[in-house]
Amino acid sequence: MTTVNQMRAIHGDKVYKARPNWHAGLPLIPVFVFLALLFFFPVIQLLTLSVQTKGELSGVHYMRLFESDVYIRSLLITLKVSFYTTLICVIAAYPLAYMLATASGQTRNSLILWVLMPFWTSFLVRTFAWLVLLGRNGPINKWLQGLGLLENPLEFFNMVGTMIGMVHALMPLAVMTMLSVMETIDANLPKAAATLGARGGQAFWRIYFPLSLPGLAAGGLLVFITALGFFITPTILGGGRIMMIAQLIIEQVEQLLNWGFAGAIALLLLLTALVIFYLYDRLLGMSTLSGSGSADRSAAGGGGGMIGRGGAYVGGIFINVIGWICDRFGELVEVVRPIRPDRPRKTMSRTIMWITGITMLVFLSAPSFFVIPVSFTEGGFLEWPPEGFGTRWYDLVFDSPTWRAAGIRSFSVGVISALLAMAISVPAAFVLTRHKLKGRTIYMSLLLSPLIIPRILIAVALFYSYAYVDKFLRIGLIGSSLGLVLGHAMLAVPYVVVTVMAVLKNYDYRLDQAAWSLGANKARTLWHITFPLIRAGLLAAFLFAFVTSFDELTIALFVSGGLATTLPKQMWDDALLKVSPGLAAASTLILIFVTSMIFLAEFLRRKASKS
Amino acid sequence: MSEPAYKLKIRNLRKTYGPVIALAGANVDMREGEFLTLLGPSGSGKTTLLMAVAGLLQPDGGEVWIDGRLATYMPPNKRDIGMVFQNYALFPHLTVAENIAFPLRMRKVDEATIKKEVTRVLDVVRLPQVAERLPRQLSGGQQQRIALARCIVYKPSIILMDEPLGALDKKLRDQMQLEIKHLAVQLGITVLYVTHDQEEALVMSDRICLMNEGEIEQLGTPDELYFRPTSVFAADFLGESNLIKATVSAADGSAVTLKAPGGATVKAAPARFEVRNGQQITFMVRPENVHILGSGEKADNEVTVKLDDVVLVGQVTKAYSKLGGESKLSSTQLTRVGTRMPKAGEEVRFGWSVDSTVLVADKRPGAAA
Ligand SMILES: Nc1ncnc2c1ncn2[C@@H]1O[C@H](COP(=O)(O)OP(=O)(O)O)[C@@H](O)[C@H]1O
Ligand SMILES: [Mg+2]
Repeated sequence: MTTVNQMRAIHGDKVYKARPNWHAGLPLIPVFVFLALLFFFPVIQLLTLSVQTKGELSGVHYMRLFESDVYIRSLLITLKVSFYTTLICVIAAYPLAYMLATASGQTRNSLILWVLMPFWTSFLVRTFAWLVLLGRNGPINKWLQGLGLLENPLEFFNMVGTMIGMVHALMPLAVMTMLSVMETIDANLPKAAATLGARGGQAFWRIYFPLSLPGLAAGGLLVFITALGFFITPTILGGGRIMMIAQLIIEQVEQLLNWGFAGAIALLLLLTALVIFYLYDRLLGMSTLSGSGSADRSAAGGGGGMIGRGGAYVGGIFINVIGWICDRFGELVEVVRPIRPDRPRKTMSRTIMWITGITMLVFLSAPSFFVIPVSFTEGGFLEWPPEGFGTRWYDLVFDSPTWRAAGIRSFSVGVISALLAMAISVPAAFVLTRHKLKGRTIYMSLLLSPLIIPRILIAVALFYSYAYVDKFLRIGLIGSSLGLVLGHAMLAVPYVVVTVMAVLKNYDYRLDQAAWSLGANKARTLWHITFPLIRAGLLAAFLFAFVTSFDELTIALFVSGGLATTLPKQMWDDALLKVSPGLAAASTLILIFVTSMIFLAEFLRRKASKS
Repeated sequence: MSEPAYKLKIRNLRKTYGPVIALAGANVDMREGEFLTLLGPSGSGKTTLLMAVAGLLQPDGGEVWIDGRLATYMPPNKRDIGMVFQNYALFPHLTVAENIAFPLRMRKVDEATIKKEVTRVLDVVRLPQVAERLPRQLSGGQQQRIALARCIVYKPSIILMDEPLGALDKKLRDQMQLEIKHLAVQLGITVLYVTHDQEEALVMSDRICLMNEGEIEQLGTPDELYFRPTSVFAADFLGESNLIKATVSAADGSAVTLKAPGGATVKAAPARFEVRNGQQITFMVRPENVHILGSGEKADNEVTVKLDDVVLVGQVTKAYSKLGGESKLSSTQLTRVGTRMPKAGEEVRFGWSVDSTVLVADKRPGAAA
């Protein structure tokens, strides 16, 4: 989630310079071999497959895409949902990010924890929380009726529910991305604007807003691209009315086993994403995405070219108009409430911002907790308020061999895949931070590419490649924990690389040199000096990787078959069958488990930093 | 109660942050065209005072008058002040010309005038060629001048500067000090300047306001502060000083007689505060005013001391000793070819005048100048 933030930290400035020599890059080999086998090769294979029928080159699959309007319609729906999700996310996230960026250090750190709260809690848990909240008899409908605003309960399970769920899921991403750019904006600039005669509104729109625009755009882009591949939220909260592209892909693979066609749809998705990337780059420049452009590369700078200039022009007019409106409004306020030089004044705008920001925070963090009371119901349905109090559904979950097995498997797959990801990514992170390698940017982009390709495409590609390998080697990757571990480790690589690089960047390399000068060899230095010092960072990276796996459904959906299921997969299957309070119980258990992991990590970190 | 002769009047300005008293009731007056510097160690409240004048923070009490108008809680955009920040705070997404045009745009000046004014001030700061560049394409010194240009373009009543040269290297800083000073004189602008660098303050200011722990320690011309410090802190902060504790043995209108450690009698210039016979007091004499007397030479105050150390530091030579074995007393002489300097361990006579012997209060004297 803090990816972009950390990338900025890495791209920032200081890179430890060492003599470039060929063997400096050796530690990069394992991670790239791994990614080649589990990411690049499968994706390319799937795309090749989409232009073949029965082993021959053909465009049949693509023709089929356009034969009926089902797929185009679904693409349009996908674009529409993603667009509105992005729009709402960006608008809602901006005041929150602004509030965080302008809050003092201590306040900010604790508030950020609340933004990240939904990120840490399982994706499925959150989705189920909304299922409870938005249900016909859910608290929201009850409250609205209780307030006398409604006669009959509202039906949320359509576009509205989907949007709420998706905005909730993706807003932290937008907030953190925007925050990473806003943090680079010099706090003196709005003050300078004020002393130069600008009213609050003018200072904001003419100075702060243009400077924060790269963050807004990058956040929007990330949200949009991620939203394109969504299927869990629309399936659970869409009430069967929303059919997004990712859902069609799953259908093709799971029910029709038509790989080639699934590949074609996936390619359609990928192309859409690439076009968006392209337009974005033209309009704003890709450097803003990594944050390396920092704040001073604003919309006014633009990406050059026609689109860029056009954008800058429109932006200029927009700023002028809104600045004018703010001025008029300001004058109006001064007429109603004249300025008194002899009395302290209260700034209304900050109050409004805080109210908005806190509302957003509550929206982000509160829903996760809603599954808790519901899970203790004694009734047979998910309902609000819960009927009685009992542990009936917990007993059910604990007594069920399937749930137990799923829990154990999720945990072990999480641990092993996280360890694997660490083992191959940490050396790469070291090399990329400490050596000025040629083509460093390319290495970075390749390492981060699993983040950018829609996950559904990765999952389908991986599934196909596993099947392909199984045919020849009979390893049994599909339906095995091994296949899951490999897939999850691959997804975790970018997170681990970025997290560890961010930590290493702040690590004083001279400590190592001091150790060497004191006679320690490199291995001992690493073990006795470097690792203890960056332990907290490594732990964070490990947790990142673990939670990524523990919460992962897309790959699990395809790769784990039969009885060999993971918790998210089990919840998903259950939800498709029947939404029972058992799900709330499982959700609560996961919530408690993940939260306590985080607190444990935080506790260890504090302890480590104290000693 | 406003007197228009004053560009800025600060009365009893107070600001606290929790238990920290950042500003404990400051009083300052500034005349038109004056260059006044707030000088003091870090944390002494300089920025707080400046920000209160700028309207960027709201004081807990007291008053700020700008140009005869009460402005204590006026928002910054209504104050008609200009401010140069330490990091310049140039808008990174606007060109130099757009940066300078910004305050004019906010004042709804028409485009033709804006263009003319921008060209004019760029000439004033001698950077006509950078108009279309972005701030980050300029050197530190150039950015500094543009920040200044952005202020002078709309002719504010007062220009405030918070350590504007702090980010520059020594050589450029020396050059910019004079440049800013000349510009201020040339354009007749009133400048309230902040620095923690005593040399900078001495070079640039008409008057210096010395601050310490949120209080104004002394306010006066550089000469006054240097030659007539009123407190131990002021004496210590500006230049080098010998601070010696002594006892008053007689006081009259023209001089105060003291009993210094080691039993020597020292005559000091009359104090600016009341002294009583028998009172413990500190006197200050600058090392460069303490001479090593040759045989037959006389001085108002003379003491015989044993030299602990003699050090040649380039153009000056410093001789260290202790008066009465405890109070440090040193003398600084110009290093010249041919003069024989005494060696460590030798006994010599130190001498200095009554005028250069200044009585200083251990605590801040009640009222500032
Ligand atoms: N925003 C703030 N919050 C808390 N304390 C502050 C704040 N700003 C300044 N202070 C405190 O007020 C005192 C004066 O600070 P300042 O005016 O910045 O000093 P100077 O500019 O002379 O270095 C210091 O002790 C400082 O720690
Ligand atoms: Mg300061």
